[in-house]
Amino acid sequence: MQIARETLLRSYRAMRTIRDFEERLHVEFATGEIPGFVHLYCGEEASGVGVCANLTDNDTISSTHRGHGHCIAKGVEVSGMMAEIYGKSTGVCRGKGGSMHIADLSRGMLGANGIVGGGPPLMCGAALSHKLLKDGGVAVAFYGDGASNEGSTLESLNLATVWKLPVVFVVEDNGYGEATGSSFAVAGTQKARAEGFGMPYMECDGSDFFAVYQTAGEAIAHARAGNGPVMLHVHLARWYGHFEGDAMTYRAAGEVAEAKRDHDCLELFRKKVTEAGLLEHSELDAIDEAVRDEIESSVIAAKAAPLPGPADLLADVYVRY
Amino acid sequence: MSKKSYRQAINEALRLEMRRDPRVIIMGEDVAGGQGGTSGVVDAWGGVLGVTKGLYTEFGPERVLDTPITEASYIGAAAGAAATGLRPVAELMFVDFVGCCLDQIMNQAAKFRYMFGGKARTPLVIRAMFGAGFNAAAQHSQALYPLFTHIPGLKVVIPSSPYEAKGLLIEAIRDDDPVIFLEHKVMYDDEEDVPDESYTIPFGEANLTREGDDVTIVAFGRMVKLANEAADKLERQGISCTVIDPRTTSPLDRDTILDCVADTGRLVIVDESSPRCNMAADVSALVAEEAFDALKAPIRRVIPPHTPVPFASVLEALYLPDAAKIEAAVKAVMNHKVTEAA
Ligand SMILES: Cc1ncc(C[n+]2csc(CCOP(=O)(O)OP(=O)(O)O)c2C)c(N)n1
Ligand SMILES: [Mg+2]
Repeated sequence: MQIARETLLRSYRAMRTIRDFEERLHVEFATGEIPGFVHLYCGEEASGVGVCANLTDNDTISSTHRGHGHCIAKGVEVSGMMAEIYGKSTGVCRGKGGSMHIADLSRGMLGANGIVGGGPPLMCGAALSHKLLKDGGVAVAFYGDGASNEGSTLESLNLATVWKLPVVFVVEDNGYGEATGSSFAVAGTQKARAEGFGMPYMECDGSDFFAVYQTAGEAIAHARAGNGPVMLHVHLARWYGHFEGDAMTYRAAGEVAEAKRDHDCLELFRKKVTEAGLLEHSELDAIDEAVRDEIESSVIAAKAAPLPGPADLLADVYVRY
Repeated sequence: MSKKSYRQAINEALRLEMRRDPRVIIMGEDVAGGQGGTSGVVDAWGGVLGVTKGLYTEFGPERVLDTPITEASYIGAAAGAAATGLRPVAELMFVDFVGCCLDQIMNQAAKFRYMFGGKARTPLVIRAMFGAGFNAAAQHSQALYPLFTHIPGLKVVIPSSPYEAKGLLIEAIRDDDPVIFLEHKVMYDDEEDVPDESYTIPFGEANLTREGDDVTIVAFGRMVKLANEAADKLERQGISCTVIDPRTTSPLDRDTILDCVADTGRLVIVDESSPRCNMAADVSALVAEEAFDALKAPIRRVIPPHTPVPFASVLEALYLPDAAKIEAAVKAVMNHKVTEAA
């Protein structure tokens, strides 16, 4: 597989940024300073980054409640995200959305989402825009195994096929929806679902950046070429609770430890690129260090940033009223 | 009698009714939790905030049903089961998720009895948590009771304390109509004395949490607590208030509201829901129409602005009614000077 050096460096940096961002939130949340619900994407970084490495700002994605990773992968600025999670006026959504609603339309990021299954219909619409406006863009709906059962998701698979839309449905399958396993909640298979709606099905190991990058590349190329939607099923493990505060008693002892030991996408990436002589350890170390600094300063800035003011409460309900 | 939290009171109501009537079942996302998990632990969550904890272990998988994340199908299934012999209590988790299943509630369950010429009974309870104060932002903080109150065929219950929650939930489960039972998520750890045995609180009978001479305050759900805090403070300043907890918005105890307004001549309404077409508007219309001559001052509403619920704590606090805002509204109606027409 041919991947530009630039892409490799950028992707590693994005994955490292997500990891550090989330690990830091895990720590900061425990201090009680972060308001609201926080769902961490740790362990799943290669999925968001591998898919988005095939996209540009002209393409659109929708995310989920577990949205920080997709935002970073799509290029949303880290300090604005951190400030948003702290509810500050410097946040990307001016402190009005919080963790579950981070969005940046200038980056083609149509929002994390507090509603499970909220994204897929929106991506049918984004794909319709790309198609009718002939801008060459595609839409990518990220959603979980749990969300794959929502009527809105299944209806979208049908609509996208009927309208032959340039959408890629990315099922991020971490085996759980909250505290319920997908072996209980998901009937049939994602593959049979895709085939049932007449769309191509692809799958890959979500801890392997290269597998995701390549498979997503094919899926996106298919959609971009006007051949209609594709389902991409990514197999993953989440490293933390459903949200911060979840003790995960429903998971076997050692399940997370094993995922961390054997399926750490950052470790696997490093091993692969250094063994193949594509990148040097020192280059990756430099990225690690730069990201550490970036996250540190984003937290310091977020804590020091001004709070929103009374005028913000009433602003932006409408464009005009 | 013992101290119980709002959470425990609800759990106990479910437990007692499930023991009493085998047709009572519960369903919802992670009402037990752990199904399909790798640890073998069952009842891993007992509801996202632990309200249904322990019910799975007592009643088993046939009566405590975890669902996939598919609100339209399981809320609809609960409605269908209710119309055919079971008495389901379905949990919608956050009431905001009603967006995913409103048809089954609004066009199906609510209308069966009327559309079918009185031939159907739909003893369905839908439990959901509502309200702001959790920094849960725009899609997890709404107070949607006006939406349900608007729909003929639904009953709508908003318990304002642990005692109220237990009695009203038992009543809801025994009721033969579809009932929307809305729990304020900020109140789950509130405690008070609650009887251990079963009791019911009838729908459509308001509770006066205090009686006074100067101003009537009508408040809903968690706002009842805030209204009483404000009334305590006002009492010390020589202003005495009646505080009415209507308990149910549908049916609404119009008589109690009108009687109290007739006594005090002044009305403040405290409502956490979005201001247009909310309960404050509804009660205002009632009083303007039926008790116009009793009013000594314009009706005042303590309500949020017409915006989604913001995330940041500072904005959420500005958004929500609070005791200080209620106190100010009461003083405003007390200070109202009637201007004589020329
Ligand atoms: C419509 C709706 N139903 C339920 C929820 C509560 N909820 C939030 S995340 C979640 C689990 C989602 O599971 P999955 O789609 O697999 O995503 P994951 O959390 O595993 O990333 C649930 C049930 C919600 N936010 N919206
Ligand atoms: Mg999942």
